[in-house]
Amino acid sequence: MTLGTWLALFVALVLAAEAVRALRRRGLRSERWRRFFRQRTTSWGLGILTFLVLAALAAPAIAPFDPNRQLDILHLTNRPPSWTFLLGTDLLSRDVWSRVVYGARVSLGIGALGALMAVSLGTLVGAVAGYYQRWIDTILMRGVDVGLALPRIFILLMAVALWDGLPFPALVITIGLTSWFGTSRLVRAEVLSLRQRDFVAAARALGADDGRVIFRHVLPNAAAPIIVSAALGVGNVLLLEASLSFLGIGIKPPGASWGNMIADGAPSIYTAPWSTLFPGLAISLVVMSLNAVADGVRDALDPREDAA
Amino acid sequence: MTGAAWLLRRLVASVAIIFAVVTFVFILIHLAPGKPCGQVGGGEYVDRAACDRLVQQFGLDKSIPEQYWRYLVALAHGNLGYSFSLHRPVQDAIADTIPFTLQLAGAALLLDFVLGLGLGIYQAVRVNRLPDVVIGNVTLFIYSLPTFWLALLLLLIFGEKLRWFPVGGPNDLILCPVVDSLYCVADRLWHLVLPAATLGLVGAAGTARFQRAAMLEVATQDFVRTARAKGLPERRVVLRHELRNALLTFITRFGLAFPFLLTGAVLIETIYAWPGMGRLAFDAILSRDYPLVTATALIASVVVVAGNLLADILLGVADPRLRVRADTDLVLTA
Repeated sequence: MTLGTWLALFVALVLAAEAVRALRRRGLRSERWRRFFRQRTTSWGLGILTFLVLAALAAPAIAPFDPNRQLDILHLTNRPPSWTFLLGTDLLSRDVWSRVVYGARVSLGIGALGALMAVSLGTLVGAVAGYYQRWIDTILMRGVDVGLALPRIFILLMAVALWDGLPFPALVITIGLTSWFGTSRLVRAEVLSLRQRDFVAAARALGADDGRVIFRHVLPNAAAPIIVSAALGVGNVLLLEASLSFLGIGIKPPGASWGNMIADGAPSIYTAPWSTLFPGLAISLVVMSLNAVADGVRDALDPREDAA
Repeated sequence: MTGAAWLLRRLVASVAIIFAVVTFVFILIHLAPGKPCGQVGGGEYVDRAACDRLVQQFGLDKSIPEQYWRYLVALAHGNLGYSFSLHRPVQDAIADTIPFTLQLAGAALLLDFVLGLGLGIYQAVRVNRLPDVVIGNVTLFIYSLPTFWLALLLLLIFGEKLRWFPVGGPNDLILCPVVDSLYCVADRLWHLVLPAATLGLVGAAGTARFQRAAMLEVATQDFVRTARAKGLPERRVVLRHELRNALLTFITRFGLAFPFLLTGAVLIETIYAWPGMGRLAFDAILSRDYPLVTATALIASVVVVAGNLLADILLGVADPRLRVRADTDLVLTA
């Protein structure tokens, strides 16, 4: 670790902390934001997420070494954490800290993209089913029933293992395509009750077409479950990618994702636990932060508390 | 709609869902590039003539619709097919692994619900005080752990460093190759501790979070205030009024836990060398063992659908209000 990387790390930490503080201060003015920050864990979660996103974006500045470079395969394998190698080195003498930082790009990227795709698809299907009802609803929801009964990990294993060397976008799409069923059910239930409300009838009476009613009037009022399932979805997709990579069929080496780092480190876990522990800790931190933020969103957008 | 008619409809729907899943998996695996031949006999180079013979023997040279039809006919006769990679009927391979998965899932479920319910109730009683906050943070953390990473962590601490528990396998190979004495039952339980703890702890953390939320939601309702107002002891209010009503959430979660245990088992069984169905399925996929893959997917979807159905039936038993609405058909799984 050079002075420059310490400085960059410090700047990222301060920026993340300041961003959360600024949001909190702004939040004091609005009731919803106050409820969002009611639990201390939500602030922490938001801070950790902000920091990790910053670190992923500024990876070249924060990572002291090339994540895939084998520094010295004879003398520097499985070194314990030190000031030079903040989180130690792995079996191939690569710097674990640099790999965790660069791995954040892959892991957070897959998590965000996969969840974005799953939630968009789920929202769209749920909204169409709930809004049009009748046979459209029946067909779509029977399909969702089947989707929920699919053993998802089997399907993913099959897709990834059998189509050998699936490229990154295909992996994201496969994960997205198999993760939207739960969201669509939630959104449908919400839309079913919203479309009975007077403001929807009013919008239709004013001549708004179906698309406008759905996207401008119905869905914004169903924001709470959508945002919550998006936040939880990022965590789920990230865990899924990690599981696949751990089984050796997700992100291909030498590229670093947190999942394949755990897989790489697992054989030498007894002698060099750091190369397994730290990427796992990174996954846990992200998923925990997302859960905490989701709790905050749930509190903030809870209609029962709006009334109170 | 009466209860019997509702149940019949749900059963028919369940069978249809399972049928659709099997069809989907069948199509997916047959569309995948590559022949199972390269893998038969250990993934090495296979003699071309031998390969062709195998392909013919298993009917893989027929068109996919024809193979599908043959598969369905066999399935209707209760025949799951013959495993390419294990050289034995699929039924036998699965029958050998099911006890292990059931033992693992059973132990994990027990830990999940006993610990999870206990913690959730305790937290709700002490809401926003120190024990609640501490347990809340701990469960949030454990709930967020990747199960396979927790498995490695437990192995490292309790298997390697402290040497309290064995690091894998279902029994002691020398002293207990088969479970035929009380000592060997104890040995099996001892081997079961780490894998079951891995699955059970993550599940328990989730259950505790859900149960706490459900208890607090019930606690705001009028009948709870009435119960307190009429001077019932706190214990009775919590156990008889709050917990009973908060159990509905618990039942839903109970139904959803089955698939989690099964999918979680793929990784956990691989790490702990536990010879259950999850590992069988994983190996089957890697060796392109079509009949075995389809059969494990079939069983997995049966478990999911059965779990849902069971939860819905229990919900109806527990809460008469849901029975009235049962004909809308959407309530119970929402």
